[in-house]
Amino acid sequence: MFSFGDIMSEAFVLILNWDRNLSEIVGLSLYVTLSAVLLSCLIGLPLGAMVGAFRFPGRGVMTVILNALMGLPPVVVGLFVYLMLSASGPFGPLQLLYTPAAMIIAQTILVTPIVAALTKQVVEDLHGEYAEQFASMGLRPQERIAALLWDARYSLMTVALAGFGRAVAEVGAVLIVGGNINHVTRVMTTTIALETSKGNLELALALGVVLLVLAVLVNAVVMALRASAVRAAYA
Amino acid sequence: MLRRHLFSLAAGAALALGLSGAAQAQDQFIVVQSTTSTQNSGLFDHILPIFQDKTGIEVRVVAVGTGQAIKNAENGDGDVLFVHAKAAEEKFVAEGHGLQRSDVMYNDFILVGPPNDPAGIAGTTDIVAALTKIAETGATFASRGDDSGTHKAELKLWKEAGIDAAAASGDWYRETGSGMGATLNTGTAMGAYVLTDRATWISFGNKGDYQIAVEGDDRLFNQYGIILVNPEKHENVKAEAGQAFIDWVLSAEGQQAIADYKIDGQQLFFPNANG
Repeated sequence: MFSFGDIMSEAFVLILNWDRNLSEIVGLSLYVTLSAVLLSCLIGLPLGAMVGAFRFPGRGVMTVILNALMGLPPVVVGLFVYLMLSASGPFGPLQLLYTPAAMIIAQTILVTPIVAALTKQVVEDLHGEYAEQFASMGLRPQERIAALLWDARYSLMTVALAGFGRAVAEVGAVLIVGGNINHVTRVMTTTIALETSKGNLELALALGVVLLVLAVLVNAVVMALRASAVRAAYA
Repeated sequence: MLRRHLFSLAAGAALALGLSGAAQAQDQFIVVQSTTSTQNSGLFDHILPIFQDKTGIEVRVVAVGTGQAIKNAENGDGDVLFVHAKAAEEKFVAEGHGLQRSDVMYNDFILVGPPNDPAGIAGTTDIVAALTKIAETGATFASRGDDSGTHKAELKLWKEAGIDAAAASGDWYRETGSGMGATLNTGTAMGAYVLTDRATWISFGNKGDYQIAVEGDDRLFNQYGIILVNPEKHENVKAEAGQAFIDWVLSAEGQQAIADYKIDGQQLFFPNANG
């Protein structure tokens, strides 16, 4: 049977013998996931802040919807994006199916609700403290949003990391819209699924260890950036 | 102002995505909708570089079950269909989704089972009799259950045996609803018999103590076919490059490349384009 010692040593060998194939797969994973997180933040941060800071009709409904969408099943998102991008679908002429762009779109749909819903919570709490001050300064709505997002930036880094975690670990959606094409749309998670289906379980798990190391590195970099930014701000 | 800002950001992002898609479309490549057996066995890794060196055409393979591959090709999401379910392929052509269908190669299905052989069928060659025994003894059988080529072949065999296996679904008949490799992983773990194509089995890395129980029946023949997706139905189909790939696969050189592919000295696919 399998021993975890073997799996760890296989992972170690994979990392030691780091080849072009692995760089390609790891690079594409990072490219797709980070692009999706960036797009999700561009949409989700202002959206979440607006829902968090302002009172408007339908706000409760919007909150419930955003929270519920955090649980979107990746396979369903994958199917939806496939139907949109298929040659027979409305966006077929763009020819985005089976490209990294399709994977970025699918992951953006998955991650945006997470960023928006968590941002809403962070901003809502902060707005409670700032509301009177904002009113006395006579700030316009967009200035309030900007101020709230800026002051909450350290908490929002964690929000972005939550989105990153969801995207980098996801396989159902990218498998359908990317097609797991070698050298084109093959990422860490789809490679793990492929190796599992070939019965190469040790290799699959070893790749999983590499993915985990990657996630730890990204988190460490963000935390280091945050720490140095905090030091600079309060020095 | 904020809203305008957001809009321009979104438009910029959409443009960037669109551009990256368009840039990729300029390269010479085709998409082949194919099956997990051809991909997982490593056949494509062996023959595609030869074709690309010769023609400069990159072949991108989407490997899914035959049922899904046909559906994707019907939607126009691919230039060439390369699968193994002759009846479904002929229907695909008859309905106008594809042009002419050609035989490419064959291998065979085998029934693999646990060493204790609960149905007592190891070493036999009559697949229908073996399936009947499995049903009679209630030995566990793991089915793909995913409308793939292998699944269609399996259903045909149950029909020949006159057994309604689906009625026992959840009991001794387990439908995994997943690919060949995943079904082998599940089946070997639960001590079930599994019908698999020989290529996937030879290249499968998690066999455990499993052995081939039944092989050599004519009814276990597994034919692969290739079809160009109809460019009149889907104008995005790259008919010229797709046809070039089909012509090469059917040519003496392509057929030889298929025959040359071996794992541990065993040939996985047998070309038969002209027979």
